[in-house]
Amino acid sequence: MEEFVEKIIRKYPEGKRESLLPVLQDIQNETGHLTASALMDVSEYLKIPVNKILGVATFYDQFHLKKKGKYHVQLCRGTNCHLYKSAALLAEMEKVLKIKDGQTSKDGKFSLEIVTCMGACSNSPVININGQFHPAVQPAVIGKLIRSLKG
Amino acid sequence: MEKGKTPDDKTFLVERVLKNATENYSKDEIERLSCLRREKVNVPVIFLGTGSCGLSAGADKTLEAIRKYIADSGEKAEIVETGCAGYCSEEPVMDIQLPGKARISFRKVTADKVDEILISTLNRTLLYEHVLCQHKFPRHEGWSNIPSIEQLPFFALQNRVILKNTGLISPFSINDYIARGGYRSFYKTVLNYTPEKVCEFVEQSELRGRGGGGFSTGKKWQIALTTAGEQKYCICNAEESDPGGFMDRAIIEGDPHRLLEGLAIAAYAIGASNAYIFIRSDYPRAVKILQDAIAQAKEYDILGSNIFGSGFNLNIIIRQSAGAFVCGEETALIQSLEGKRGNPRSKPPFPAEWGLHGCPTIINNVETLANIPAIMEQGPVWFRSTGTRSSKGTKLFSLTGKVQNSGFIEVEMGVRIFDIIYSIGGGVRDNKKLKAVQIGGPMGVCIPASALDIEIGFDSLHDVGAVLGSGGLIALDETVCMVDLARYFMEFLQKESCGKCIPCREGTHRMLEIIDGITQRPKEESSHETLERFKGVVQLESLASVIKDSSLCGLGQNAPNPVLSSLKWFREEFEEHIFDRHCRSGVCNDLRSYTIDVDICNGCNVCQKKCPENAIIGTIRMPHFIVEEKCNGCGICFESCKFNAIFIK
Repeated sequence: MEEFVEKIIRKYPEGKRESLLPVLQDIQNETGHLTASALMDVSEYLKIPVNKILGVATFYDQFHLKKKGKYHVQLCRGTNCHLYKSAALLAEMEKVLKIKDGQTSKDGKFSLEIVTCMGACSNSPVININGQFHPAVQPAVIGKLIRSLKG
Repeated sequence: MEKGKTPDDKTFLVERVLKNATENYSKDEIERLSCLRREKVNVPVIFLGTGSCGLSAGADKTLEAIRKYIADSGEKAEIVETGCAGYCSEEPVMDIQLPGKARISFRKVTADKVDEILISTLNRTLLYEHVLCQHKFPRHEGWSNIPSIEQLPFFALQNRVILKNTGLISPFSINDYIARGGYRSFYKTVLNYTPEKVCEFVEQSELRGRGGGGFSTGKKWQIALTTAGEQKYCICNAEESDPGGFMDRAIIEGDPHRLLEGLAIAAYAIGASNAYIFIRSDYPRAVKILQDAIAQAKEYDILGSNIFGSGFNLNIIIRQSAGAFVCGEETALIQSLEGKRGNPRSKPPFPAEWGLHGCPTIINNVETLANIPAIMEQGPVWFRSTGTRSSKGTKLFSLTGKVQNSGFIEVEMGVRIFDIIYSIGGGVRDNKKLKAVQIGGPMGVCIPASALDIEIGFDSLHDVGAVLGSGGLIALDETVCMVDLARYFMEFLQKESCGKCIPCREGTHRMLEIIDGITQRPKEESSHETLERFKGVVQLESLASVIKDSSLCGLGQNAPNPVLSSLKWFREEFEEHIFDRHCRSGVCNDLRSYTIDVDICNGCNVCQKKCPENAIIGTIRMPHFIVEEKCNGCGICFESCKFNAIFIK
């Protein structure tokens, strides 16, 4: 068992099914995504078959089974952002990054995730890159923004 | 942040303000209390709204700039982070309170404006162009020629009960909350009332759940109280994943202890010793604030074991939702808490009888719980006297869309939607005309501008097919295509359908397919496919009614609402899409076609170069033309033309 997984599991000594989501969340916070070996460790500890755990992990939007990029781009597709043309923004983003929702670029630098609402509706359309908000983004500036991150 | 918090303050607040509140404080005590309430300040205090909406507008950089200014200039000043006061379109909002003067708010304080505003204000002069309003208080000298907060159109019509403290106090400090009378209701409840009495009180107040169903909160509590169970659970539903709704987050980020107090009273009322707050993980800041708030409440012995010596124990646990819209449904939420996939189950039994781990469980929305402290403090009769005949109290909305002023608001039940849009929202942006208002989140309805005379309330909204549950209020102007919006909601609901019951899983998918057929231009379609497409259009309404009647949970039962309401009010727009292949708002890409005005076009050739489909022909310095058959309506030419020679047909 990997050391960090063991450390996380030890935080939930009762070892009940109830702890599954918090355990997975903690693992993901640590590594950015859920690895196969971590899922197997959790399965052994909580005595839940791996397929059940995979079922849970794929049900919820929060869990990623693929590695996230160095820059994780969250693009809001909430109602208000939709009214302010976030669809065009998404199309441009997909074109510039050459990846789609839920994917990571080949060089491992960028990953793209569509989120439903970040509660920043007064600054629509918004994107969030590694926790940093970019308010009222227009499709025309996406290329420049991504190039500046590429360095 | 925790500057004023010495053990002395703690003892004073707990013993004198919380437990033994009286009218007859000594002069020293009054002085001390007004210091703790920041009614009297000895050094300038700078308040900055650092809620998520503020941060997205750049409040983090503003905060850095303020800290830098204070460090560089050597001024003595206190910095307090607050939640958002609601006026999100003016964020970041910075308030300054000078000793003896009224607290004054500045709008849109980005980092570059910090220095000039601080220099002038600390020298008691004002830069009027940045000022938003002032907060008047009897003991303070007001600023001249500055409107007070109640005079701003955005706040004038509001009735802030739940949001009383939001934006004014620091969400990181329990002292701020107790100094303003916080936790007194909980103290009174635990020591003076039996759980039965509390349930009775809440029932008498006629408070109805703000989460969607509108069920009487008191009745729900009574069922949970009277049902036998070895354990009872109390869950706060803060899984707010409606796109465009952020009131719960606003309460938590602005006044977290109000929620904790409401939750604690609810737990006492049903006899639960464990309470959960199920909160969206996309709100990291709200989670952090809640964790801090719970830790502080434990430190003050307001949570934990044997609270106030009454023998009542309460442990509040935060559980982060993993992001699934359907988990806002109570049975799905319970499944998720138990570590399973969030699939709803059929009701009854209702969770109040058979909930988490098979024990009686009540699930209340954040807003419902935030109402409880005021009800216990001022009594059910007071609460019943507010609002309308069938809907009491106030309601929070997040007002967004194409309005001038966006943000979250609290209005008394019975206020007309028209007034919310035009008085609070300040009307529509960019001199456009209002087309409709979308109310109730993705499963809500669109009400046309001509029918906005509706009063806010459970029954009045139910009459037009809307649910009050989600407090999203989105103003739509004429640039919004109703078919496209219906498609957007359908796409969202189809994605979020959990897949357990077939009507919802397959039905929403099919509805989306049909609407896609309406908003897209058929390409190389055989006559059989055309027939199928039209059959879909004809069957759309009957399909919707099947989904409504046969789905398992609220998501499926309400999923057709956005399409049905748009069809009801905006049928001609649908027909235009179907028969004329024309989108009057020019939103549906596929139905757009462009034309070049030959009189304006000077043949600069830019559009021809940019057109991805090579649909534009023409020689340089001569007017160009668009070949309609090739054009995919992307609009790149429209955006790139410097001479405005391209128009939507």
